[in-house]
Amino acid sequence: MEAAVSTADSVLGSVLEPILARHRRDPVRLLQILREVQETMGHISPAALTAIARALQLPRARVEGVAGFYSFLYLEPVGQYRVLFSDNATDRLLGNLELMATMCQKLWVEPGKVSEDGLVSIDTTSCTGMCDQGPALLVNGWPITRLTHQRVNEICELIRARKPLAQWPREYFAVADHLRRKDLLLNSVLEPGAALRAAIARGAEGWLAEVQKSNLRGRGGAGFTTGVKWEACRNAPGTDRVIVCNADEGEPGTFKDRVLLTSYADHVFEGMTLAAYAVGARQGFLYLRGEYRYLLEPLEGVLARRRADGLLGANVCQAGFDFDIEIHLGAGAYVCGEESALIESLEGKRGTPRIRPPFPVVKGYLGRPTVVNNVETLAKTVLVALEGGENFSAYGTAQSTGTKLLSISGDCAFPGIYEYPFGVSIAQVLEDCGATDAQAVQVGGASGICVAAYEFQRRIAYEDVPTAGAFMVFDSSRDLFEVARNFVHFFAHESCGFCTPCRVGTSLLKNFMDKLADGHGAKYDLADIEWINRLLKNASHCGLGTSAANPVIDTLVKFRPAYERRLQSLEFEPAFDLDKSLACARRMTGRDDPQAHLSSEFSSEESPR
Amino acid sequence: MSAEKKFLLDGKPVTFNDGQTILEAARGAGHYIPHLCWHPDFPAHGSCKLCIVKVGGRHVSSCAMPAKEGMEVESNTPEMNGERRALLQMLFVEGNHFCPSCEKSGNCQLQALAYDLEMLSAHFNHFYPDRPVDASHPDVLLDFNRCIFCELCVRASREMDGKNIFALTNRGIKKHLVVNAESGRLGDTDFAASDRAANICPVGVILHKRQGFAKPIGQRTYDEKPISVVAMECVKATEGAEEVKS
Amino acid sequence: MNGPKKKLRVATTSLAGCFGCHMSFLDIDERLLQLVELVEFDRSPLTDIKHCGPCDIGIIEGGVCNAENVHVLREFRQNCKTLVALGACAVTGGLPAQRNHLDLGQCLQEVYRYSLGVEGLSAGRVPDDPELPLLLDKVHPIHEVVRVDYFIPGCPPSGDAIWKFLTDLIAGRTPRLSHPMLHFD
Ligand SMILES: Cc1cc2nc3c(=O)[nH]c(=O)nc-3n(C[C@H](O)[C@H](O)[C@H](O)COP(=O)(O)O)c2cc1C
Ligand code: SF4
Ligand code: SF4
Ligand code: SF4
Ligand code: FES
Repeated sequence: MEAAVSTADSVLGSVLEPILARHRRDPVRLLQILREVQETMGHISPAALTAIARALQLPRARVEGVAGFYSFLYLEPVGQYRVLFSDNATDRLLGNLELMATMCQKLWVEPGKVSEDGLVSIDTTSCTGMCDQGPALLVNGWPITRLTHQRVNEICELIRARKPLAQWPREYFAVADHLRRKDLLLNSVLEPGAALRAAIARGAEGWLAEVQKSNLRGRGGAGFTTGVKWEACRNAPGTDRVIVCNADEGEPGTFKDRVLLTSYADHVFEGMTLAAYAVGARQGFLYLRGEYRYLLEPLEGVLARRRADGLLGANVCQAGFDFDIEIHLGAGAYVCGEESALIESLEGKRGTPRIRPPFPVVKGYLGRPTVVNNVETLAKTVLVALEGGENFSAYGTAQSTGTKLLSISGDCAFPGIYEYPFGVSIAQVLEDCGATDAQAVQVGGASGICVAAYEFQRRIAYEDVPTAGAFMVFDSSRDLFEVARNFVHFFAHESCGFCTPCRVGTSLLKNFMDKLADGHGAKYDLADIEWINRLLKNASHCGLGTSAANPVIDTLVKFRPAYERRLQSLEFEPAFDLDKSLACARRMTGRDDPQAHLSSEFSSEESPR
Repeated sequence: MSAEKKFLLDGKPVTFNDGQTILEAARGAGHYIPHLCWHPDFPAHGSCKLCIVKVGGRHVSSCAMPAKEGMEVESNTPEMNGERRALLQMLFVEGNHFCPSCEKSGNCQLQALAYDLEMLSAHFNHFYPDRPVDASHPDVLLDFNRCIFCELCVRASREMDGKNIFALTNRGIKKHLVVNAESGRLGDTDFAASDRAANICPVGVILHKRQGFAKPIGQRTYDEKPISVVAMECVKATEGAEEVKS
Repeated sequence: MNGPKKKLRVATTSLAGCFGCHMSFLDIDERLLQLVELVEFDRSPLTDIKHCGPCDIGIIEGGVCNAENVHVLREFRQNCKTLVALGACAVTGGLPAQRNHLDLGQCLQEVYRYSLGVEGLSAGRVPDDPELPLLLDKVHPIHEVVRVDYFIPGCPPSGDAIWKFLTDLIAGRTPRLSHPMLHFD
């Protein structure tokens, strides 16, 4: 018995030791350590949590708290093959749930559970950023796209035969770029270092002035002016400034950062270096969402090449400044795209958004002045460096300069990446992507705006329809209520749970939407839904909560019949399914007489007898 | 020699010092703004959102927002109190609050705020979560059914007791407290009834054993006076701890 | 208009409750005499009427734990212009709802098959008499089953609180309980 324990201990030790050593037992690297332990051991056991806590000299509860936060970290054993079906609204259009049901049936496992032999577990996960080539899944963290029944059958066979992933057909794991419309950025060819040298020639101040001239605004959603952000960081007290590239790309329907990191990685890293030069930063992080784990090695390769070319490391471009970039992986948490939650996560903590002010530019990573920019924003600074701020701002509209990458998916002939100058109309985009029967477009992802057909003349720009890049098309056969319900589930799953309105409100909203979907809705419920929407908007701590109600607010206004169709009564319906809640007692007593049932509606039986 | 800085709270001028938050300044001037996760001995936490106020038409957390000259703050209005009431209702339905059998009843800040904001029912549908009780410690009982995630115990244990007994795990509606032991039991930690963390819970989670229902109904903290009055008397009397031992 | 005003008709019942709230109702003591000047009782433990007829005010004590409770509650909702949840159990599910974290199937199994079965009671079977109302898998406050107009929390609410509430309501004022009268315990 004791021998067994000590072998278990030594097995654990032999797995942990190299990981801990590689991360220098640095508590700030806790999330990276947990992620690697998960990758090697399949889950993080209680003993592993204790050992990691001891090695990092952290309280065990803190380590458990961090591990419990991220959906890709498991504290209990999961299947040897861990299959996660991407469950964005666009995967739904492509029949992901049906495919998942097939797989569950074939492999004898219930969704969310582990098969009895421990071989496989199957579940859903938030959008994996493969919307243009769905339905998609992750198996042990690796993406498989373009699922069909045939492919699912083949996967089942491979799993049953316990084939290691490395022996699965390579084409399963192919991820396409689908570059459909190229403009300024996608057409640009960057000789690594060229933009950097152009900026250095202007001097740090001159370069910053150039960025300000470009009027470049953040492509991550909020649209904050990049030059202003950089200047604030440069002027903030402190010395060790930090540049963070936000590659969390968790917004459902968004995948343009994935493509930039696949085929324009030099643009992105050069952009980070340009930012570092402007603000005087020495340290850079790329925060890569866990779903893009497969990009880690290629990106490390690009970094190594840039280091060898003198574009990173000490004395970059011989211009007398040091800067290097490290890649940190996320582990399944949309909220970590919010910049202050991202920083917490980088520090090895739970991804809880901070109180602001102070803003990251003043107090960010480890209290240092920190710039957080989106992947696309940083890639675009390369254009500013090469072409000059003025040329850049000649593109687009007055308040939205330059171009925007759209991630187009859903009901259209040619899903993929489209680059347009800002100001393009939604109608134009729809025409270009071959969406002939669009009923609505969800612009900006789950937290964005649902644009109805009568608004298709509106334009993509900060001053009209702002977007982080998602563009999901729904044709006239689709039920916008179901789309909104999918997004509401997403927010409830992704709420970090820090603040009351979002922690409870997103779950309440989810329950109401499910109640309507089950055919138990009443007018009364719509009033409650609107009330919860208002609380989310007004009282939430971060953008996740304030936008969680958006899909419902928009569709309630623009597609109200989709809701009203589902109302069972104009007044009140019980909060739960009355008859179903008698099911257990029926089973236990073996009764099935009329008295053993309850209708959900009032009936004559209740009137005075 | 600069003039006193002021902002308007519900139309009344409130003076403040630089660095003070809206809530702190209001409290110093004798005005109560509801709060649950804020505590005078700790930096702002900003999670409960009971302290929301409107500034220039925008909602902000008054416990975390620095006061600024000339701000116009709306707090004690039907709109703000209505939203606060709904937040309280959310806290009630997400846990299991059965006040008649709770030792904290009468001394509980959540309950007292519910009285003060005239919350008559939980309005929303109850979640009825399954949250086991931890009775493993000789002197202290943990009844997680009533946790509102203010993290005061987490903060007190970390910052004052130097022990890190508590932490939060999971997220969203599944978020919950864990204690610092592989067994998950409080009895296997070095927690002591005299820890600050053992005496700071605003609700009935962290309870001292064998001390329940010590004070008769009528003499408990919020039996006679509402929390808005008690809290302001505390400011005057001690300028300090607000929590009360049950 | 002269002459005696038409009396308001009031019905009361206890669902999954302990009659404590009804006892508290009687605690309004001599004011009960004033009350019967203003109201007359329909179905109530105070009368012997078995079914609720059209009423102005329905007062419900207790939460909803079985099918029978649902029928009675709906009967009240259909017949009463104003429905009032009286006491902690009606408002929150109360003490009976503390069974909600248990699995109903396991509970029944435990009680009838194992504990009592050993004693030879009911031969180890869960009683299946159609006269017995089936249990819901969870106990719910009444507002989760029907629309409720007013809530009077308390376990039980004091006689004073009930009096204040009713006199407000009867006089056509919005009922309001001030600090000492509003309590949850
Ligand atoms: C819930 C939430 C999720 C977010 N996710 C992302 C993301 O995945 N990528 C991103 O660039 N910005 C995201 N943001 C916006 C960031 O907080 C931040 O504004 C952005 O990274 C700044 O970069 P930019 O100025 O270049 O746009 C998110 C914001 C919120 C509130
Ligand atoms: S709004 Fe939601 S995600 Fe943001 S802090 Fe609050 S609970 Fe967390
Ligand atoms: S913690 Fe407070 S609100 Fe919750 S049951 Fe106890 S007394 Fe009631
Ligand atoms: S146990 Fe008490 S002090 Fe700790 S988080 Fe919960 S409510 Fe707050
Ligand atoms: S007191 Fe301000 S958020 Fe809790």
